[in-house]
Amino acid sequence: MTRTREIGWLVARRLAFAVPVLGIVAVGVFLLAAASPFDPIYQYYGVDAFTATGADLAATRARLGLDDGVFQQLGRWLSGIASGDLGTSRSFRQPVAQVIAERLPWTLLLVTFALVVAVVLAVVTGTVAAWRQGGMLDRVVTAIGHAMEGIPPFVLALGAIAVFSLGLGWLPVAGLTDAGEQVTVGQVARHLLLPALVLGVSQTPWLVLHVRGSLLGALGEDHVSGARARGLPEHTVVLRHALPTALLPFVTLVGTRIPELVTGAVLVETVFSWPGIAEAVVTAALAVDFPMLAALSVLATAAVLTGSLLADVAVALADPRVAADG
Amino acid sequence: MAIDCSRVITRGGIVVGVLLSVVAAGCAAPTPPGGPSGSEMVLADGYEPESLHPLLGYGVEGASKFYDGLVAHDADRQVQPALAASAPEPASDHLSWTVRLRTDVTFHDGSTFDADDVVATFRALLGPAYASSVRSDWATLAGVERIDAQTVRFDLNQPDAAFPHRLTLGIVPAEAVADPVPVESSPLASMPVGTGPYTLAEWRRGESMELAANESYWGGAPAVESITIVFAVDDNTRAQRLRSGEFDGTVLPPALAQTFVGSQYTVRHHPSADFRAVTLPTANPVTADPAIRMALNHAVDRQAMIGGLFAGRGSPASNPIPEVLTDYSEPSAQFGFDRARAERILDEGGWVLGPDGTRVKDGVPARFTLMYPATDTIRRDLAQGFTSYARAVGIDVALEGLGWEAIEPRMGADALVLGDGSPFDPDIVSYPLLHSSYAGDGFNNPAGYVNPAVDAGLDAPRRAVDPEQRIAAVKQWQRDYAAAPGFVFLAFLDHSYVVRDRWNGYQQVVDPHSHGTTWGPWWNVETWTSRR
Repeated sequence: MTRTREIGWLVARRLAFAVPVLGIVAVGVFLLAAASPFDPIYQYYGVDAFTATGADLAATRARLGLDDGVFQQLGRWLSGIASGDLGTSRSFRQPVAQVIAERLPWTLLLVTFALVVAVVLAVVTGTVAAWRQGGMLDRVVTAIGHAMEGIPPFVLALGAIAVFSLGLGWLPVAGLTDAGEQVTVGQVARHLLLPALVLGVSQTPWLVLHVRGSLLGALGEDHVSGARARGLPEHTVVLRHALPTALLPFVTLVGTRIPELVTGAVLVETVFSWPGIAEAVVTAALAVDFPMLAALSVLATAAVLTGSLLADVAVALADPRVAADG
Repeated sequence: MAIDCSRVITRGGIVVGVLLSVVAAGCAAPTPPGGPSGSEMVLADGYEPESLHPLLGYGVEGASKFYDGLVAHDADRQVQPALAASAPEPASDHLSWTVRLRTDVTFHDGSTFDADDVVATFRALLGPAYASSVRSDWATLAGVERIDAQTVRFDLNQPDAAFPHRLTLGIVPAEAVADPVPVESSPLASMPVGTGPYTLAEWRRGESMELAANESYWGGAPAVESITIVFAVDDNTRAQRLRSGEFDGTVLPPALAQTFVGSQYTVRHHPSADFRAVTLPTANPVTADPAIRMALNHAVDRQAMIGGLFAGRGSPASNPIPEVLTDYSEPSAQFGFDRARAERILDEGGWVLGPDGTRVKDGVPARFTLMYPATDTIRRDLAQGFTSYARAVGIDVALEGLGWEAIEPRMGADALVLGDGSPFDPDIVSYPLLHSSYAGDGFNNPAGYVNPAVDAGLDAPRRAVDPEQRIAAVKQWQRDYAAAPGFVFLAFLDHSYVVRDRWNGYQQVVDPHSHGTTWGPWWNVETWTSRR
């Protein structure tokens, strides 16, 4: 009972901490956008700016409140938030809430799938590598893992397109569906495969090397030696006795990898024309589309905070030795 | 799809079940390319509109698939009635135009089109509260009045014979602009409600847009029942996907389009009024010098640049009016390439060749900065070509690739590679570009070109009733401009398209600056019929 209460306190403390963090992120993004040399009036006008007169530009600027002070604009935005209005995205010409509602599900699908790929790949190959330490597989996995740490996801993405789409013709190059096709499970699945694999594989090296290292440590611990001494079969020793203790820090690591996953998603979505929310980050940033940018930054921050919270809760639940008051 | 499904699945020992189901789903039969029947069309575009609202500039030059204007341009660039029942009629003083409206038109939402919608659309255009981004194009429009349910009158603040060309603006339902709020927050931006031949079936932002034929279109239901436009920014990606047969057509750079000659596709090059020019700012002592201005116009081999940079697809430009518009273009106002003549002009103008190869006059070296938008490779290439031709006659041009936010404050003093163009009435682009009243006003006449003779020549056609008189006045200002140029116009770019020939009805047109899948070969797609 006290354990549950401890974890409840952990969650409550983290949530209370998250509120000011999210506020600081939103205000910080706002101030950065205000200080940037880009003028949002040109975003509003697009190519029409080239034929607009100075007087009309000034009138529109006044109408949209772009001449107001930074803090006045900030106040307007915050009062909108308070009434549940996230504002209108200038680069998408849609309410911010609508942009997020349309795109977030595709990103969640991609990221979830990539995370599953990364975790499964890491646990399986990491375990096998540690089990047969120094063997052929171990050497290959370790070498590839170290090499891949230095490869950015977009390079991996372009390489995958070159091989699997253009070279072998197995999978479509980009998009959510084939041109002109309805959004069906089959279509989306076929188009999801390559970006999700690329994103997942790009996140794997850290995880593989960690699982391997952590399992090697666990294999040397007393309870594992004890299990071996009792004559238990090798796979029972590794999978039942060593792996569970080795995987505890792994859960925390996966939680802390969420920011990398978000950054990776930005690059992968852009390369694969995946209509997710991460691709919108690039568009919004280039356009100094403040309401969109602020909402996305807050969303990304929330994802990171949630990721580490979930990881900590999972560890606390799984391992009674871990203190939940930190 | 050459993947061997059974092998992937049996070897899937280390792969999770989720993954398996995805691979299995991916092994479904591939879609036959190009669409199953003649009533469906799949196009690719490199540019995705941000908004579909006419008051934010969507389809403002006509050929919007969702909206109709009161008039539309035909293949010969003449104004034809669209939502208007007959051609707009000017008052005797040319200060107002009266338009009678069709009575058989309904919007996509079923509501009836009448004068109230026209009045509401144009009042929203003019009202600052709506923050329309295209208001400046209607500088001569003072107001719009409803005469009766089928008649409207446009009141102008000065005679404007080209005004009917402005009536291509898409008409939106009056209810859509009832509230005086900035149009960016209007639902029409993402869900158009017009009277046009197509309705928006689905818009997957960043990916594709599907248009469905408007079965109750007043001009008759289109035979091409569905048009899917896929957005793919990268030219090479688009070409690659076209090669695989995925699309019925796309827009490509000329050289890349040429590689499709002899394939299952037809390559079409459209001439355009889309010019690129180097501005010569009046506020800069070097670029304001008449000898420098005239010499640069003769120093540049426009035809060679077009050959080298655009695979020969383009035509030389000497002023904003392309020679393909034979009725308005003035043959004697064109600049030919003559380096010796350019050098003679500079010598006579007092620019003496210095020891470093750069000319000097009164201690001022013939040196200026030329800016171009850093991401625009066409303008960068033109700027580099221009620089080497200028260098050859002793004028030193320094290049700077910048963002627009850095270019804008400097364009009064530094030269800039500018682009724009309209094939319709010459007034539309030439007046704001060359008239002194627009000097230094936004991007219109950024280099501050002022020439009273050209001003008079631009004003005269606005008042001229008789077409012959208008043409004579337009030709006159071209000659006046050629005597004292303030730009170096370089080229009109051809727009190149690759299309699958499955329909009847294609008509070549001269493209405006904007192109892609609204203009170009598909400008009149609603009248196309299947060959099958």
